[in-house]
Amino acid sequence: MAQLLYIFIPMLAAVLLPFLYKYIKSIHTGWFVLAVPATLVAIYITYIGAVARGEVFTATMNWIPSLAINFTSYLDGLSLLFSLLITGIGSLVVLYSIFYLDKEKEQLHNFYIYLLLFMSAMLGVVQSDHLISLYFFWELTSISSFLLIGYWFTRDGSRFGALKSMMITVGGGLFMLGGFILLSIMGDTYSIRELIAQAPELVNHEYFTWALVLVLLGAFTKSAQFPFYIWLPDAMEAPTPVSAYLHSATMVKAGIYLVARLTPIFAMSEIWVWLVSGIGLLTLFWGSFFAVKQTDLKGILAFSTVSQLGLIMSLLGASAVAFHVTNAEDTIFKFAAYAAIFHLINHATFKGSLFMIAGIVDHETGTRDIRKLGGLMSVMPLSFTVAAIGSFSMAGLPPFNGFLSKEMFLTAMLALKDFELFNFDTWGILFPVVAWIASVFTFVYSFYFVFYTFVKKREAQLPTNVHEAPIGMLISPIILATFVVTIFFIPNVIGDLFVKPAVIAIQPFLYSSPGEVKIAVTAWHGFNTELFMTIGVVMFGLLLFMTVKRWQKLYALQPEFLSLNRAYDGMMLGLDVGANRFSKLYMTNSMRSYLIYMFSAISVIVIGTLLFKGAFTMSFEGTAPIRAYELILLVVLVTGVITTLIAKSRLTAIIGLGSVGYTVALFFVIFNAPDLALTQLVIETISVALFLLAFYHLPPLTKVNERMRFQVNRAVVSIAVGAMVTILALSAQSQKVFPSISKYYEETVATLAGGGNIVNVILVDYRGFDTLFEIAVLGIAGMGIFAMIKLRLTKKENINENK
Amino acid sequence: MEIIMAFVIGFLFMAAVYLMLSRSLLRIIIGTGLLSHGAHLLILTMGGLGGSAPPVLADGVEDFADPLPQALILTAIVISFGVTAFFLVLAYRSYQELNTDDISEMKGGDEEDE
Repeated sequence: MAQLLYIFIPMLAAVLLPFLYKYIKSIHTGWFVLAVPATLVAIYITYIGAVARGEVFTATMNWIPSLAINFTSYLDGLSLLFSLLITGIGSLVVLYSIFYLDKEKEQLHNFYIYLLLFMSAMLGVVQSDHLISLYFFWELTSISSFLLIGYWFTRDGSRFGALKSMMITVGGGLFMLGGFILLSIMGDTYSIRELIAQAPELVNHEYFTWALVLVLLGAFTKSAQFPFYIWLPDAMEAPTPVSAYLHSATMVKAGIYLVARLTPIFAMSEIWVWLVSGIGLLTLFWGSFFAVKQTDLKGILAFSTVSQLGLIMSLLGASAVAFHVTNAEDTIFKFAAYAAIFHLINHATFKGSLFMIAGIVDHETGTRDIRKLGGLMSVMPLSFTVAAIGSFSMAGLPPFNGFLSKEMFLTAMLALKDFELFNFDTWGILFPVVAWIASVFTFVYSFYFVFYTFVKKREAQLPTNVHEAPIGMLISPIILATFVVTIFFIPNVIGDLFVKPAVIAIQPFLYSSPGEVKIAVTAWHGFNTELFMTIGVVMFGLLLFMTVKRWQKLYALQPEFLSLNRAYDGMMLGLDVGANRFSKLYMTNSMRSYLIYMFSAISVIVIGTLLFKGAFTMSFEGTAPIRAYELILLVVLVTGVITTLIAKSRLTAIIGLGSVGYTVALFFVIFNAPDLALTQLVIETISVALFLLAFYHLPPLTKVNERMRFQVNRAVVSIAVGAMVTILALSAQSQKVFPSISKYYEETVATLAGGGNIVNVILVDYRGFDTLFEIAVLGIAGMGIFAMIKLRLTKKENINENK
Repeated sequence: MEIIMAFVIGFLFMAAVYLMLSRSLLRIIIGTGLLSHGAHLLILTMGGLGGSAPPVLADGVEDFADPLPQALILTAIVISFGVTAFFLVLAYRSYQELNTDDISEMKGGDEEDE
């Protein structure tokens, strides 16, 4: 139970924040917030030992028991690793934000509430075992991301970026929900663990491919894979701590998490292997290629994040291959899952630190434009050191952790070309080639980022007197940079504690305990293909980096109208205009059209139901006899109706209506309803008097030329309604399913209510409250009438005009 | 009798809807009046038109008309009167203010908000 509570701790803490913000002005609100993730890190660290031995922890709480929906927290290696990343990076980001966001100028309580909301949501995503609650948390991350990107909501760019990210990720989330529901239909359970257990049977289900594609759409939109990545660069409008946290280390990895988590279910499919590895590789190349085009520091980092996410994704695709080969534990594919998780950790460390440095540069110089920056090395030595460590790790150089995972990545990609299923023997060669090209560009943008900011001579004059950032701001990036270096020297400690337990979750059929994952990472593994590839990357990368200014112009060749962003804008505009036009088609502002919609809808629904359900019957059984004076009355009634229909003058129409009313009263007399007859007579008399009064005030009926089409519609709708009522009356009359409840009243009226007139007793005794409310309705109508007569709108306007 | 009534009621409803779809306010109100008459007869008919005596306890009478539809209709008559009265005043006042009783000229909409 406590395990579930941890997920919600940030959300609960958020409730207190506004009060802390309001009453304790002297202390930056961030310090209070910091306690939350820091506590959670401490809690989750206590799980590490047991989870590394292969244990899992679960806790369940019912949410909507009638629909079998519950919150289930499931902590295994994968979930714990993500939980630690979320709370660990979260602590560092909060610490950083305390110095980044000014406590006087910023709406701190808003910012931290969104951030805490996100933290809860993200923990929920990675720990939920139940698909529906996973979806719930998933969309909550999208919403909190929307709020955080739009934090500076007065800026156009923030609002645009926030909306774009929400549209794409929430849209993808909806597809994913569809996939989840299909999965639950297939396996008859919402529990991921139970679905994994059924994986071998699920593959043959007819919905399998649909579920797979829908779930991947959710994962790809969230993890900014091609072609959905376009929201991520625009999301950089968010404050830098947010970019470092949500848009590089945690939220964008939710898609990665989902793919990793569901790999055991889907990996048997060829489409899965191709889509995940192929799209991942394409994204890796695309992101790295376009990163060099960017001029905004955070833009470079955004594209590099896109690219690195693609790298992890393609590794997960390769890890699915392990499900297709015999003796998988001996083959090279076992590396892929390990490499994916390992790189995920490494990426969080170096990219987090780089984002924080970008924020520091922005904070101290007032610009993030790389063309204006340069030569900051001498004034900001600490920042430069951290940036260099992060960049070199990203470029894949030793002695940093990026080198290790990049080597493993190349190993996995090289192995794909030897895979003999699904046409990989012909197309597989593309994988190492594209991976190598992408690595070259990764090298270029990493160097571009650090050297053009810190080393190159500055061309423009910077507006402010630049100096090193305050130490508080530097703590977090320095801690992360320390990890970058440390992990290089102790990769197997990290491997045993975090990576192996997580690998078990991705490839559960290969291993039964973390100890069985026999993979050791070494920095030096002889002169093999991977090493030569890395040397090639460095040589070509350096060459391209030296000449970057010359070939960067080539990016301008891409026509603007061909870009994906343009496609998005066009789509949004088209939807907006299209929806507006569509609404205008039927929202005519004319009451008569709306009445026609309603009447036709009700006729179609009732007649349709009667026909399809076979409820229409006609029976002459038990009907009352037809008497002569009833027929005469009917003739009078119909004549009255026809008179009102064709009347040219107001008086005739009113008299027609009156005759109908009095005939109805006579019907009540015939059918043994004296009370009704009395009431009807009185009411009808008053009504006619009222009508005549209105006649006195209202203009004569004019012959208006209606449009022919409308007249036809009107006639058709009227006849349809009439027919509906007739059919309904006939069916209701012909089949009495239940005995009338009137018997009860007849039997008890004397004993219970002490009355003889059953109708009156029902009204004033059995249903006394109904009558009371009826009187209330009359009273309200009376007040309305009074108010309307007193209301003089025109005069009021005149007074205003006179002023 | 019920069968014939069903058709007459259908006719009443048809006429009512036809009038409610016209432009003139007065016709619309007459339409609602016809609609309530139709509804009352419908309730009465669906309860069955049998029964040889009014639903009042008296010695020796066993075959009452069904009291329940009558109670419902009694309420409905009063309410429909309230609605009609309200409508009439609404029509009268809107004619005074807007100088038209043509419903198609009364439509408001987005254009006026802008």
